[in-house]
Amino acid sequence: MNIIEKESAIIEEFSVFEDWMDKYAYIIDLGKSLPVIDEQYKTDNFIIKGCQSQVWIHASYENGRVYFTADSDAVITKGIVNVLIRVLSGSTPDEILEASMSYIDKIGLKEHLSPTRANGLVSMIKQLKLYAMAFKAKGN
Amino acid sequence: MPLNIDNIRSQFPALSQKVYGKQLVYLDNAATTLKPLCVIDELKRYYEHENSNIHRGTHYLSQKATEAYEEARQFIAQTLNAEFPEEIIFVRGTTEGVNLVANSFARAFLQPGDEIIISAMEHHSNIVPWQMVCEDKEAILRVIPILDNGFLDLDEFKNLITPKTKLLAITHMSNAMGIINPIRDIIKIAHEKGIKVLIDGAQGIVHTPVDVRDLDCDFYCFSGHKLYAPMGIGVVYGKKSIMQLMPPYQGGGEMIKEVTFEKTTYNDLPFRFEAGTPNVSAVLGLRKALEFINSVGIDNIRSHEDQLLHDATDQLMLIPGIKIYGTHPQKAGVVSFLAEGVHPYDLGVLIDKMGVAVRTGHHCAQPLMNRFGIPGTVRASFAMYNTSQEIDVFIQAVKKAIAMLT
Repeated sequence: MNIIEKESAIIEEFSVFEDWMDKYAYIIDLGKSLPVIDEQYKTDNFIIKGCQSQVWIHASYENGRVYFTADSDAVITKGIVNVLIRVLSGSTPDEILEASMSYIDKIGLKEHLSPTRANGLVSMIKQLKLYAMAFKAKGN
Repeated sequence: MPLNIDNIRSQFPALSQKVYGKQLVYLDNAATTLKPLCVIDELKRYYEHENSNIHRGTHYLSQKATEAYEEARQFIAQTLNAEFPEEIIFVRGTTEGVNLVANSFARAFLQPGDEIIISAMEHHSNIVPWQMVCEDKEAILRVIPILDNGFLDLDEFKNLITPKTKLLAITHMSNAMGIINPIRDIIKIAHEKGIKVLIDGAQGIVHTPVDVRDLDCDFYCFSGHKLYAPMGIGVVYGKKSIMQLMPPYQGGGEMIKEVTFEKTTYNDLPFRFEAGTPNVSAVLGLRKALEFINSVGIDNIRSHEDQLLHDATDQLMLIPGIKIYGTHPQKAGVVSFLAEGVHPYDLGVLIDKMGVAVRTGHHCAQPLMNRFGIPGTVRASFAMYNTSQEIDVFIQAVKKAIAMLT
């Protein structure tokens, strides 16, 4: 699946929820099921430190594709990282850099894009794209 | 006297809002309170009828606005029982107030090797400015530790005092735990050793009457926006005898007597510390807010809030796995807690969805969170317009969120 197809799959998953409770229960489940980052990467080198919760993101580069793992001390944040990683992980740096991430709005998580969510989606997306950019530069 | 809650609530238009289709329960008052109509109306009235720059114009509106501004200063001086109106300096908020005193006091009185004492429960606003001046002046910052119940370790405080101690900067009330410090006693101890005292009153003045002469504090700083007044206004009370010896903090218009490129002479108090055009409308709004508080009665407000605090505390304690931070009984209007195995951010996100506004995180008191070894807490804070029904909604929301998260 490419990024667009993965986005569509997630939009479809989220479309079945009738109220916020179902949706957040699902995000919490996603958080609990996130492939946990290797402990050695849960250091300050990999941290996105925010006002509210902490996120660690690690990226590796294999055969021209970027693979992400992540963790957070807050489970909702973890669920949100999972939603991001599922879409971007396994893509090429160019695909990641070009991804519009507009599905976030479509699954009703736009409020987490606001800059007041100090450790919100914005800084996570930025970090994921920075990794892609670094691997692209390295690859070239 | 019990409060007429319906009447009070009718004066806060923001309370009638719905969020996510649910009736708003606003329990983030320690961050900022909602504003009563008399304050909102005053801002509107000023901009419709009195808007002009003060202290400068010879024209009618300017004189009118100047008069209102200076009358507000006098009113605030009386409310705090200050000796002189010029002991009241208008600033943007407590943060700017502490920065003003820290910078100006340091320049006037601080020598290398001198010491400043703060406490482990301070807001970053009453830590960082002192760190900055200590670095600048090669002075030393000492910290009064706190006990497990959140109360100050007063014995350690006495041990920290040395002949080099020049100033004690301490909060009246912890924003993160709600603990009220025995500032009157602390000030007395400090003064016996010739140490000046600044009180961060951002939270304290909201819940207790403040008489600066009775307290005998040298500086008392507070913000309007936590006190039912507009954003962007705050007050520094400073003893005239000390403030007269302090140099200006910011340069600009209004704070000068005469400017030449060779030398500028500074204006007298309070203008020396009020460079630039002040936030006139907010000053007038602050006056209205204080009048409003006086009309309800600060003691009546306090006993109402105490009731809510006890109610919320008792109900939280019945939820398995809840731990409250700041358990010393000398507290007001704030309950800070964690649920076992639940990150405060997760809890905050979920109860927000249920229409309950609280604060989660470190509350700008990271050293305090480190003291307890926690990333942050969930903090509910109460104001005169909150009700016991709202506490019930809040408790139900917390229970529901915990069930979802564990």
